[in-house]
Amino acid sequence: MYENLETADNQENLKRVVIDPVSRVEGHGKVTLLLDEDNKVKQARLHIVEFRGFERFIQGRPYWELPVLVQRLCGICPVSHHLAAAKAIDQLVGVDPENLPPAADKLRRLLHFGQVLQSHALHFFHLSSPDLLFGFESDISKRNVIAVLNEYPDIGLQGVKLRKYGQEVIRMISGKRVHGTGAIAGGMNKSLTKAERDYLLEDIDQIIEWTSGAVALIKKVHCSNLPYYDDFATIATNYLSLTKNNGALELYHGGIRAKDANGDTIMDHVDYCQYNKHIHEEVRSWTYMKFPYLTALGQDNGWYRVGPLARVNNCDSIDTPLAEQARVEFKQHGSSAMVHSTLAFHWARLIEALHCAESIKRLLNDPDIMGSDLVAQGEKRYEGIGVIEAPRGTLFHHYQVDENDIVTKANLIVSTTSNNMGMNESVRQVAAEYLSGQELTEPLLNNLEVAIRAYDPCLSCATHAIGKMPLQLELVNAEGKLIDKMIKHNNGQIEKLT
Amino acid sequence: MTDKIRVATTSLAGCFGCHMSFLDIDERLVKLVELVEFDRSPITDIEHCTNCDIGLIEGGVCNSENVHVLREFRNNCKILVAVGACAINGGLPAMRNHISLEECLNEAYINGIGVENPKIPNDPELPLLLDKVRPIHEVVKVDYYLPGCPPSADVFWKFLTDLLAGRNPELPYELVHYD
Repeated sequence: MYENLETADNQENLKRVVIDPVSRVEGHGKVTLLLDEDNKVKQARLHIVEFRGFERFIQGRPYWELPVLVQRLCGICPVSHHLAAAKAIDQLVGVDPENLPPAADKLRRLLHFGQVLQSHALHFFHLSSPDLLFGFESDISKRNVIAVLNEYPDIGLQGVKLRKYGQEVIRMISGKRVHGTGAIAGGMNKSLTKAERDYLLEDIDQIIEWTSGAVALIKKVHCSNLPYYDDFATIATNYLSLTKNNGALELYHGGIRAKDANGDTIMDHVDYCQYNKHIHEEVRSWTYMKFPYLTALGQDNGWYRVGPLARVNNCDSIDTPLAEQARVEFKQHGSSAMVHSTLAFHWARLIEALHCAESIKRLLNDPDIMGSDLVAQGEKRYEGIGVIEAPRGTLFHHYQVDENDIVTKANLIVSTTSNNMGMNESVRQVAAEYLSGQELTEPLLNNLEVAIRAYDPCLSCATHAIGKMPLQLELVNAEGKLIDKMIKHNNGQIEKLT
Repeated sequence: MTDKIRVATTSLAGCFGCHMSFLDIDERLVKLVELVEFDRSPITDIEHCTNCDIGLIEGGVCNSENVHVLREFRNNCKILVAVGACAINGGLPAMRNHISLEECLNEAYINGIGVENPKIPNDPELPLLLDKVRPIHEVVKVDYYLPGCPPSADVFWKFLTDLLAGRNPELPYELVHYD
């Protein structure tokens, strides 16, 4: 582990190197490095520089607005926020998950499978595939989905259509592809008509075939680049996710499972309403993103990773046959109980996409999704907690209301926050193992990009554009004097300006 | 290649939903890139926009960096478009405007549930927050507005194909939403 590189013991006489901004969508992330005179890395940090204040400004609003308010956190996974909030407000009207009408429960699951499918397709095809198909250090003009569409039209178009299909599932249920309305307290506001169901069924076999092909593609890319893909940015960590009661992969509702780096269980089947006993968040002055950790292990050892890698590592099985077969192959490729390879996030992500496609087919063939019993009722409560596996990992929504149903307190732990330490450690691993002691070069920049991008980080989802780093490095000495400056031009050329 | 219309896009204080809706033109993307070339955008690696014809801005303005990026777009795009509710009027993030910034920060980093080591992040590496979230027309001149949260894919398609054909963009009534 590389925690010793978070803060240099003695910052005097160290050179400061900045990649700013790391992310260009919101432009709210940056990496800073401090180097000694031999270019040995002494400090490396990924700063998240965005702040919006949702937890405060939703206070004073009536609870029923929450699913449509908080989904505006994120235009890429709005459904996940919509459903996490819905699960929380279910409790405010006295409805526990097991009491949700089967039609509502299945419609929400279908909605969420559509969400995870489209988000995973977007990340792989639109954002990551240029690197994986053209190489991490390919020309800048190639590192975009347009080039993929030009040179690998079959793969590029499959990506566009896979994402489209997931978006269409969302639209059929919630009325719009982005920021629709579907879930309400205690249930759903509509079911699927037969025509809508049949429309979605038309293409589902093709979708399953394409996602299967995508899993085969990433497996080939990963395994033909060993050991690099298993070593790069890799850190042995704890993992946290929801699972079903039987330990199978679960994206909508389950208990919390955490495993350590050896694959031994830290906790299992924990009721997520108790999350606050088990997870606290530490604030550090140099970033707006907090650092969650398991209280049982403490701040130093309790941090963990979430998302596809955590879920596929943590689960005992996947309840759809093709994805289960892919999971077994995934686990077998490594030599230890847990797959710690950071680049294996991509592989795990596509296994989940396949699981979503298979699950969508199963649900579309379930007559309950056309049912009319959509809303349950119960006794009013004053606190609600909803947890879901969003595309990027475990997502926590927690609300308190007063006697007038007005929100008085809110706590949100978004998925990427749980990967904060993981991303920082991966950056430090790359800085220490691939950069330290060397002169600044362009591959260094790409290496840092690739490490961060594997996590598919998402703060209001903008950091998706992390691959689009505006690549300017400045080397400044401890007195603030510019020593070295490099710019990567739009044509990919690196210019050294001193 | 060189005679293609150059389009740049960015997200300021937004959620990326407008960009998602743009990508929701689906296969029409193939047709679009026959006519346009993407400059700075979340889907390319180009870091700064230069000599662009059309700039699409998602999101309002909430910190100093947003101001900087917005001005770069205005200076480098012949036509600047405010895309979606946040760019047009601040949108949902502007719900913080009736609360002091200090209170918002305190809630997240001091008084939050399960917060350890409470303090307000204050590193010089973090850009300064504005006291209010602003619509982009308060900072730069805007040429067109595409309403909606987000505007639908068909709005993007109609607007861009009108412009590319040299027509004055017009959105039929059924495409205009203020949700």
